[in-house]
Amino acid sequence: MDQFLQQLLNGITLGSLYALIAVGYTVVYGIVQLINFAHGEVFMIGAFGSLATWTIFFKGQLGLWVLPFMIVGAVLAAVVVALILERVAYRPLRHAPRLAPLITAIGISVFLQEAVRLFYPGAKSALPFPQIDMVTGPAFQAGPVTVRRSAVFVIGALVVCAILLWFFINRTKMGRGMLAVSQDPDTARLMGVNVDRIIAVAFAIGAALAGVAGVAQGLQNSNIDFFIGFMAGLKAFTAAVLGGIGNIYGAVVGGLVLGVVEAMAVQFIPGTFGGSPWKDVWAFVLLIVVLVFRPQGLMGARVVDRA
Amino acid sequence: MSAMLEVRDLRVSYGKIEAVKGISFTVGQGEVVCLIGTNGAGKTTTLRTISGLIKPAGGQIHFEGKRLDGVPAHEIVTLGLAHSPEGRRIFPRMSVEENLLLGAFSRSDGSIKDDLQAAYDLFPILGERSKQPAGTFSGGEQQMLAMGRAMMSRPKLLMLDEPSMGLSPIMMQRIMSTVKTLQSQGTTILLVEQNARAALKLADKGYVLEVGHIVLEGTGHDLLHSDAVRKAYLGED
Repeated sequence: MDQFLQQLLNGITLGSLYALIAVGYTVVYGIVQLINFAHGEVFMIGAFGSLATWTIFFKGQLGLWVLPFMIVGAVLAAVVVALILERVAYRPLRHAPRLAPLITAIGISVFLQEAVRLFYPGAKSALPFPQIDMVTGPAFQAGPVTVRRSAVFVIGALVVCAILLWFFINRTKMGRGMLAVSQDPDTARLMGVNVDRIIAVAFAIGAALAGVAGVAQGLQNSNIDFFIGFMAGLKAFTAAVLGGIGNIYGAVVGGLVLGVVEAMAVQFIPGTFGGSPWKDVWAFVLLIVVLVFRPQGLMGARVVDRA
Repeated sequence: MSAMLEVRDLRVSYGKIEAVKGISFTVGQGEVVCLIGTNGAGKTTTLRTISGLIKPAGGQIHFEGKRLDGVPAHEIVTLGLAHSPEGRRIFPRMSVEENLLLGAFSRSDGSIKDDLQAAYDLFPILGERSKQPAGTFSGGEQQMLAMGRAMMSRPKLLMLDEPSMGLSPIMMQRIMSTVKTLQSQGTTILLVEQNARAALKLADKGYVLEVGHIVLEGTGHDLLHSDAVRKAYLGED
C-alpha cells in the first residue's frame, strides 16, 4: 500500500509535467487542426530561457525569490519562439494541404534543437540547472510517502495553470472567441472575432505552459540539454491524444493517467517486462489500447470545450 | 440618393472557376432587397464576398461610402454590416445566450444586455431556452437564433442567406414576417432566397442571378409578375 501511494505521487508528478506540455498540443489542434510537433522544443526553449535568465541576472543566487523571475524568463522565451514560429512558418501554410505544416513542424523541431546545441554556450552537453533552495532541498515525509519538493512545485504549477486557463476560456471575451473559432472559424469571423489573433493566442498559451514545464523539468532533473524536448514532447502528445485531442481538460487527464501508468508499471509489473526500461513501452501500449477501443480519447475530442 | 450598399462589377473566383462574373447592384437605406436564383447562381458567394469571408477577384464594394473589398471580415461587422450565413451556422455546443453574446463580440458598449432582451422579445422561445445548448434546437429555432445573433451587432444592414431553407411553411412565414418587422424598425435587409415567391413578396427590389450574372432586376412586385420569373422560379406556366 505504501509503495502504491508513493508511486501514485510519483506518477502524478510526472503526469503534471506531461499535462502542462500536452495542453499546448491540444489547444493549437483545437483551433487550427495542426499537430505542432515542434511543441516539445518550445518546452526545451523554456527550460533554456529560464537558465539564461538565471545565468545573466542572478548567477549564484539560489533563494526562492529568484524562481518567479526564472519562470517569467522561461515563459517569455517559449512564447516569443512560438509566436515567431506561428507567424513565419505556420501562417503562410494555413491553407496548404495538412501534410505541409506537419512536415514543417518536424523540420522546425530539428532546427530548434540544433540551434540551441550550436549557439547556447556549452549546450553541446548537459548543463546544470540552478537548484533553488526551497524547491529542491531535501525531501520530506508525508505519512508513508516521500515527497520531493520539486513535485510540490510541478503539481502546484499544473493546478494554478489549469485554473487560470479555465478562467481565461470561460470568463474572458478572448476565451469566448477562442471557443467560437474552434467550433466554426468562418462564422466566428462574421461575429467580429479576429481569427489570426486567436490563433496566435492559442500558440502563446500553449507555449507559456510549456515554459513553466521547462522550469519544472530543470528543477526535477537538476540538468537540462537540447534534446529534452523530444521525449517529453512525444509523451505529452501521447497524453493529449489519450485524453482526446482538442479537449483541454482531456490533455490534463491524459497527462496524469499517462504519468500514473508509467509509475505503476515500473513498480508493479514483475519479471522481464517490469522496471524502468519498460516504462515507455507501457505508456505507448496504453495509447494503442485507447486508440483501438476509444479512438476519440478518454474524454472525447470535444474541441477546446468545457468538460 | 446614394445607396447604402453599392456593388460594382463584382467578380469572384474559386481557383479557375468564376462563380460571380461581374455583377452590379445597390441596396438603399431602409430597403429590403432580394437576390434570387437557383443553386450555383452565385448568391451565397456574393454575400460571403461582401462580408469579407472571400476576397473578390475584381470589382468594388462600397458600404456607406467606404470601400469594403480588402477589409477583413472581423472589421466589416464593426461597420454595421451583419451576415447571417447559409445553413444558420449557430455554435452548437454553446447555449442560446452564449450564441447571442458572440453576436455582440465586436461591441464594447454597455447596452448589450438591452439588446439581448430585444432579441428575446423578438423571438420569445430564445428567452425561454436561453441556457439550452443551441445544437438541440430545431431548424426553425436555429434560424431564429441565427437572426437574433446577427442583430446583436446592431447592424445597419443585415444580410440573410436562405433563412427559409428547410423550414415548415408556418415557420417560414414567421421568419419572413420578422424580416418585415426588422425593416420597420429601421434595419436595411439584403435577402438571398431560393423561395422566390416569399422573398419577392416582401422585397422592395429584386435581382435575379443566373450562373454568375444578373439577368433581371426590378421591384419585387414587377418581378413577381414577370413572365420570366414566373416560369423559371415560381413553377407557373
